[in-house]
Amino acid sequence: MNATLKLPIEPWARRLVLLEIALPVVLLVLGIYAGLLQVLFRAGVIQAAEFWGWEYYQALTLHGVVNAIVFTTFFAVAFGNALVPYALGTKLPLRWAWVSGIMMIVGTLMAAWAILAGKASVLYTFYPPLMAHPFFYLGAALLIIGSWIAFFNWIPLYLRWRREHPGEKTPLAVVGMFATFIVWLIATVAVAIEVVVLLLPWSLGWTQEVNVPLARMLFWFFGHPLVYFWLLPAYTMYYTMLPRLGGGKLYSDKVARLVFMLFILFSIPVGAHHQFAEPAISSGSKLLHSFLTFAVALPSLLTAFTLAASLEYGARQRGARGLFDWIVKQPFFSTDGWMFSYLIAGLIIFIMGGISGIINASYSMNLLVHNTSWLPGHFHLTVAGPVLLAFLGMSLHLLATHAGKEIRLKRLAVAVPYLWLIGVFTFSWGLMRGGLHGEPRRTNLGMSYLNPDSPFYHPEWKLYVTVTMIGGIIMTLAMIAYFTVFFATALRSRTKEPAAEFPLSEAYHDEPAGALTNLRPWVITAIVLIVIAYTPMVRDVLRGTFSNAPGYEPHNPAPVNQIEQLDTSP
Amino acid sequence: MDRIEKTVMVIAIVLLVVFFGAIVVAATNYGVDVPTCVTDRKPFVESAPPFKTSDQPLRYEVHTVARMWMFDPPEITVPPGAEIDLYLSSADVVHGFHVEGTNINLMAVPGAVTYARLKFDREGTYRVLCHEYCGTAHHLMAGTIVVSHTAMEGEQ
Repeated sequence: MNATLKLPIEPWARRLVLLEIALPVVLLVLGIYAGLLQVLFRAGVIQAAEFWGWEYYQALTLHGVVNAIVFTTFFAVAFGNALVPYALGTKLPLRWAWVSGIMMIVGTLMAAWAILAGKASVLYTFYPPLMAHPFFYLGAALLIIGSWIAFFNWIPLYLRWRREHPGEKTPLAVVGMFATFIVWLIATVAVAIEVVVLLLPWSLGWTQEVNVPLARMLFWFFGHPLVYFWLLPAYTMYYTMLPRLGGGKLYSDKVARLVFMLFILFSIPVGAHHQFAEPAISSGSKLLHSFLTFAVALPSLLTAFTLAASLEYGARQRGARGLFDWIVKQPFFSTDGWMFSYLIAGLIIFIMGGISGIINASYSMNLLVHNTSWLPGHFHLTVAGPVLLAFLGMSLHLLATHAGKEIRLKRLAVAVPYLWLIGVFTFSWGLMRGGLHGEPRRTNLGMSYLNPDSPFYHPEWKLYVTVTMIGGIIMTLAMIAYFTVFFATALRSRTKEPAAEFPLSEAYHDEPAGALTNLRPWVITAIVLIVIAYTPMVRDVLRGTFSNAPGYEPHNPAPVNQIEQLDTSP
Repeated sequence: MDRIEKTVMVIAIVLLVVFFGAIVVAATNYGVDVPTCVTDRKPFVESAPPFKTSDQPLRYEVHTVARMWMFDPPEITVPPGAEIDLYLSSADVVHGFHVEGTNINLMAVPGAVTYARLKFDREGTYRVLCHEYCGTAHHLMAGTIVVSHTAMEGEQ
């Protein structure tokens, strides 16, 4: 392997990147603890509403918000802040990068306070008319808008590079990060409208009622592209770094670019596949969104081939023969290229995540699994598979390079992804099998269905929740190992000069990419598809909704505005 | 793109088209479909146990209200083979309505009405679970559907 290019990085740029990975990793300690609590509650080990002051649904809210929203958004921004200037051979403009970082931190602290104070136990989907403290919505808005500013800050760098390099292909790493944030920007406009226009004024008491089906439609306009916002930074690593870490080259540069463009096209107009069981959306809209969801499976199927071909190419260069030898000859346990283990383990998990995702997208078949524990079983194989492991690996890499510290306990670091793989497969098997037998998601089972003293006792689920718990404990152990490596590295003294450094791959087939080099036509087509997919749905929602709803706090069956009237009456 | 990549792309597209085709065939030829947009019913807060809407035997309608933290009526009793038009409405927040072991899986969303046609051929007691988080006591929200020959005789 050639030495990777090292670029010097300004002190305040690297401090920002380090802050943006350290804060979410620290919060992740809480998020993982909350996750461990979930499996204990669900298995009936804890048969109570709360444990050490953490209420089940409060801990579930924290788990979702921290792990799936805060950790992922911070990571994507930090990764882009480091990778985009590096790949373009330039420097990060500091002022707006810091404005973005500070907004995201302030937003996160506001939402975290609301959740920890027990004033926002509305889960990370915050479906109205359950109502949270205004700080929860305000914090979410600040986090999102802060991430937009980070993206806007990279655009001039990209435009300048294009001007200075006419006729050249944009570096693939930049294409990957721009695809990530284009999807994010379009999708978050809808949730920003939901939060800022519908929910925040309602939570502050300025408006009395909210249109629930409309809010849900806006949420899922955002909610599915959100998963591609998680996935695309991982794909960026798979395409630009994994081939090199595996000792080979990217099989096809053109397919990589096509995949990112297909994600821009099809990531967004698919929201109704989360709403198959709902009123106020016609079955025609649901079928159209189901079709488009199948379209967005295409780039992942292409990715499976291209990455496998890249790895096979690398192994054959090193002398692999026969049909399967190349699989065994991957550097699974190499400590030098330790990041390979994080990326490959995530990919193996994603095989199951992808298959179960196609099942979920399958229209009427979805009704067998909708809102059962099958669903968290599925998405832990995606967001807690390839996404989490790629993000953990890269966080450690950014820490090592940007702080100038050699990673400690490298063997333990290499073991983490495989231990996690065993844990998450066990965990998801339990959840998915339970889900096929009707086990609901988001439910404190230890208080009812898994409590022998309850009239709801349902012993058939005992096996599934127990397997889930064992998986959850293994996952927790893997994360304890990761935190040990991360903080042991963070707390040691500097061993080398800090620099930006990424193991970027060369391409084996490096063809001209034609129309794939220009983002604009793809973005325009994506917007056209969104209009086609959502115009009939907006009409459905407006036609099928008869009344708006007042807000409710999770613990009280009376609406908030009636409680307030009672409080103020003499 | 080389030849193998093009082949892979064609296989991937064919695979997805076959999957989606199967869904469409299931919906059009076998009536396996999802709930749709109901525009002729207003949300209600008064429930109604199974009642007859026509002279046809074994045809019933039922109005279920989901509220924090119960289904109203908590128990629905019907004879085997009956076709039941279920209208589901929420009196407060979003709830779920999943009949265990079946593909009857609905959301109760405030402001709109969900409709499904149910049919149970076998006698027995089916569990109905709320599977959407609806507040502090969500895990206690469940109901039953009893399918029994004897239970309906009094009404017929």
